[in-house]
Amino acid sequence: MTKYIVKRVLFGLVTLFALATITFYLMHAIPGTPFSGEMRQLSDVIRDKLIELYDLDKPYHIRYIKYLKNAVTGNFGTSLHRKGAEVMDIIGKGLPYTASLGAVSFCIAMFVGISLGAVAAFSKKPWINGTVAFIATVGVSVPSFLVALLMMLLFGVKLGWLPMIGLSGWKNFIMPGVALALGPIAMISRLVKSGLQEELRQDYVTLAKSKGTGEVTVVLRHALKNAILPVITYAGPLLATLVTGSFVVETMFTIPGIGAEFVNSVTNRDYTLIMALTIIYGAFIIIANIATDLISAAIDPRVRLK
Amino acid sequence: MDNLLTTENLSVDFETDQGIVHAVRNVSFHLNKGEILGIVGESGSGKSVTMYSIMGLLGDTAHIQCGKMLFDGTDINPCSYQSKKAYSAVMRDLCGSRMAMIFQDPMTFLNPTMKIGKQLCEPILNHTSMTKQQARQRALELMSLVGIPSPETRIDQYPFEFSGGMRQRIIIAIALANNPKLIIADEPTTALDVTIQAQVLDLIKDISKKLQSSVILITHDLGVVASLCDRINIMYGGKIVETGTDKEIFYSPNHPYTKGLLSCICNPEDDSRELKPIPGSPPDLLQPPKGCPFVDRCDEAMKICKLQMPETTVLSPTHLSACWLNELTKRQGE
Repeated sequence: MTKYIVKRVLFGLVTLFALATITFYLMHAIPGTPFSGEMRQLSDVIRDKLIELYDLDKPYHIRYIKYLKNAVTGNFGTSLHRKGAEVMDIIGKGLPYTASLGAVSFCIAMFVGISLGAVAAFSKKPWINGTVAFIATVGVSVPSFLVALLMMLLFGVKLGWLPMIGLSGWKNFIMPGVALALGPIAMISRLVKSGLQEELRQDYVTLAKSKGTGEVTVVLRHALKNAILPVITYAGPLLATLVTGSFVVETMFTIPGIGAEFVNSVTNRDYTLIMALTIIYGAFIIIANIATDLISAAIDPRVRLK
Repeated sequence: MDNLLTTENLSVDFETDQGIVHAVRNVSFHLNKGEILGIVGESGSGKSVTMYSIMGLLGDTAHIQCGKMLFDGTDINPCSYQSKKAYSAVMRDLCGSRMAMIFQDPMTFLNPTMKIGKQLCEPILNHTSMTKQQARQRALELMSLVGIPSPETRIDQYPFEFSGGMRQRIIIAIALANNPKLIIADEPTTALDVTIQAQVLDLIKDISKKLQSSVILITHDLGVVASLCDRINIMYGGKIVETGTDKEIFYSPNHPYTKGLLSCICNPEDDSRELKPIPGSPPDLLQPPKGCPFVDRCDEAMKICKLQMPETTVLSPTHLSACWLNELTKRQGE
């Protein structure tokens, strides 16, 4: 077990290294420099000075090696776009907002998705099935910004029940949390529904019933555990994606998270910030995948950890 | 002799996309205490469905009509209960305690993600007041009873760590957990190697003697039945076409289908006799034939066989057969 985790972490580091390398060369292939755009008015002297300061005149491989050396020691450099701001400080300030919102929407997605899926799997009433199928279709096809806008209009402007800006209290989490969770809810409810229906048709469910076990107990004790496996496979990467935020939702609700930085850093050619965000996102995904595999193995003994 | 199980006029229909399948049509039979009853028939003849309806294990697509279904003094006829809830409460009490079922396929009937011990303890905890510790002790006893070596280590393993034969033994152990009066074995050896088959059959026979349980053995293998059963029901097209003691069925079969089945078994002492398969295929139970279900494959079919269901002829107190030929011989004799 420990050996397995160590092995997976080592592989994860190799993956991160590959990710960093590819991103480093790709982002420099984007046309333009950090000093184009609104900073075009800089005088040539200052620009040359800055370019020298950030080593932008050196060949790629030298800058790459220097970057890696610093990164290994935890120094991800300063932002090229914001004066004097350490990249790590920018992320450190934004990540708590983004991560807490992501965690909230993850919980909403799991709870609502599993409940809806279970209800749909058991109900024999067509209208319940229809409603769940409708929610699933809406969740998949309607973009989150549209849902967010509609919610803001209804609950924020018309009814005035929920605040629309920032993340100062628990009420602030509701609308962005739901907007982020809608897509995953649709996915999870469908996974749970088809999983449960599949498992309830299995022979071992018949055997469990023949022991005199009640129908609800059969589901909870036997079927649910087997039906939940595909959900866990989906939930790991989902969590990693949610806690790193969304550009659209964070911008709309004016949340000072890192979700917006992903897009802004690229438009600004803020090389150091792009690198740090990519590595953090990659690390989250890798950790989530390891956790997913460990949980799957804990639930299903047939999954072998090698 | 006392009746343990009586079933009268049982019919089971299934709703499917193609229409209504009449899987079991007007079946009546009984089981005496301490007896081993064989039910023989090919796939789709309704033998498993009959037993599933006795255990109350059929899903919502099944519609059961039944005149009488009585098990050991308890009414288990789903038609005599007002609500589904009341019926399932009665069945929950019976299933796994006084009656239990041994299933066909050891590979799929055990929960793959639950330890063997827990699956074995489930019926014990359902029906007795034992603590978990006592139930585990009982589970260990059961495992040795069905011949699983070193049960102490095996009890904490998962089904995938067991071979097919061992899993079938676990399924048998689960059925035996509460010393049931009735054991229904649904093709318990179909999925097993021939060498294991004999062992498993001996096991069922020995244990039913030891526990003084009655057994209903569903199979399509007449050889299995011959070695084990006191009485035999032959099913075809959702109906019981012939019933008799093992001697009556094997030495004086009456129904052409029974005769056909017997001529499909090879006799090692007489290799001059050719095996004779029954031509054709079983009737479509979406539109069951009006007359005898076997008419299309029967060598001796007459006009009336197609038009009208044959009456049951009593050949001896234990030997009944539903064939128009009996009526013919009777009339010729008169």
